[in-house]
Amino acid sequence: MSADASSPSAPLPGLRDDLRQIAAWIADGARVLDLGCGDGALMAYLRDSRAARVYGVEIADDSILQCVRRCLSVIQADLESGLRMFPDRMFDTVVLSQTLQAMHQTEAVLREMARVGRQGIVSFPNFGHWRHLLSLLGGRMPVSPQMPYQWYDTPNVHLCTPRDFEILASRLGLVITGRALLANGRPVNTLPGLRSKLAVYRFEPR
Amino acid sequence: MQSGSVGIVTSQTMRFEEPLELASGAHIAGYDLRYETYGTLNAARDNAVLICHALNASHHVAGRTPGRPDDVGWWDNMIGPGRPVDTRRFFVVGVNNLGSCFGSTGPMSIDPASGRPYGAAFPVVTVEDWVNAQARLADRLGIERFAAVMGGSLGAMQALSWTIQYPQRIGHCVAIAITPRLTAQNIAFNDVARAAIVSDPDFHGGDYYSWGVVPKRGLRVARMIGHITYLSDDVMAEKFGRSLRTPDYAFGYGVEFEVESYLRYQGDKFSEYFDANTYLLITRALDYFDPAHATRGDLVRALAPASAHFLVVSFTTDWRFAPARTREIVEALVVNGREVVYAEIDAPHGHDAFLLDDPRYHRLVSAYFDNISAEASR
Repeated sequence: MSADASSPSAPLPGLRDDLRQIAAWIADGARVLDLGCGDGALMAYLRDSRAARVYGVEIADDSILQCVRRCLSVIQADLESGLRMFPDRMFDTVVLSQTLQAMHQTEAVLREMARVGRQGIVSFPNFGHWRHLLSLLGGRMPVSPQMPYQWYDTPNVHLCTPRDFEILASRLGLVITGRALLANGRPVNTLPGLRSKLAVYRFEPR
Repeated sequence: MQSGSVGIVTSQTMRFEEPLELASGAHIAGYDLRYETYGTLNAARDNAVLICHALNASHHVAGRTPGRPDDVGWWDNMIGPGRPVDTRRFFVVGVNNLGSCFGSTGPMSIDPASGRPYGAAFPVVTVEDWVNAQARLADRLGIERFAAVMGGSLGAMQALSWTIQYPQRIGHCVAIAITPRLTAQNIAFNDVARAAIVSDPDFHGGDYYSWGVVPKRGLRVARMIGHITYLSDDVMAEKFGRSLRTPDYAFGYGVEFEVESYLRYQGDKFSEYFDANTYLLITRALDYFDPAHATRGDLVRALAPASAHFLVVSFTTDWRFAPARTREIVEALVVNGREVVYAEIDAPHGHDAFLLDDPRYHRLVSAYFDNISAEASR
């Protein structure tokens, strides 16, 4: 596995840290599916700067409206059941940013990503960040900028660490082709498991 | 933004002398199309929007009929100044389809061959035939390409058909509450409706005009059946529940439940203004609609000619044209690499939701048309 946290070639004003890394891994003109695309910020960037052909899948009414305002193609569907409509290998890249931890059918979603895309990219908050551990030592569930929820109202049902993800990926037969462990937008090289806040992985079906 | 009605609108008639070849192989020698327009066609002629109607509607899409202030267009909440399809920016055309009964040539019209109403002799027309007739109207109005063609239900089928039949003449297809083809259940409902009409003793094989009667009882039942399918179970439960109009059960077969009263009222009203032959014809056009019929069921291939951008909307409680059916169209469009927005509006009203003023739905259509008008030149 290479730790190629290649920096995005162009500055991407306003784009979230993990989205910059994701964009850096997407080829010009690629066909991209963005799962849980939110307001379409990544899609708009990929379309405008990379000439990518992008579709989004999103459940929230407001997000659909924001995507329409950005003239994006977006499909309102529940990710846990909504990928059936896409044929095998239809996309060059399938992105799931900051959503994996909120999925109920984690394995099924990853398998579906590997089915419809030639490569998948996921990002998620690192539950193993030292501040989270400190919080647990103090007897409290962690609350942080990347996980800003109380234990009783969090949508995050499947939190994990980078190593956890790597083990699952291997079990699902996914080959990890890129890894970026980030804190404040920069790659963390020393003790990344403890010091990174965000994990971004690229993978391919075996 | 101030939003309002287009005001008083006068419909017009366009006469076509050149025969129209139909899907059935028959043709109509010459015909009229009744239409209305709202807004102004710009100099570049690129701001035209065609609105296609569903089963029982007409060219009267928005505004009010002169001298009949209650006669408000069927999609008045959608079309007008400041409304989602803003008539200050778009030139909107509403057209009554061939075979209908609101001024365009149909079974009630005089057949030049016999000098009597067409009646049963009026040929069966399809969605594709309607689109061909609409294209001729566009020619005469000087519209080479519509910025958008839009419709709900059967109207949406016409909008979709435009993208296949005239891909170069449509920029955007706005298809609301659509299915790529009727299911057996859908066709069954239509068949029951038609059976009600043709078994009415006043039907006279479709030539009731010359008998001076109307098969009202059949039409009424047809409308009652149709109406049930337009509403969701929930909305009927909420609207009527098991409420009685009588103090208690009357132990007879008259109108006792509120829902019975409502359906009969709808049926009576409908049988006063709608033509029975038109009902047969339009439900048959619904049954036949299936763009993938020509491609052995392959919807992806059927939609391959389309180059338009799409806004497709379904409603969660629509069991007549369920979201799962609508998604088949979206899927085929995505596979073909078309630009598409698909929204599934969580509305309680069933199929009829496409006519109602739901803020999420209307905001979405507004935003979509904002994009279209940004493309069109001023």
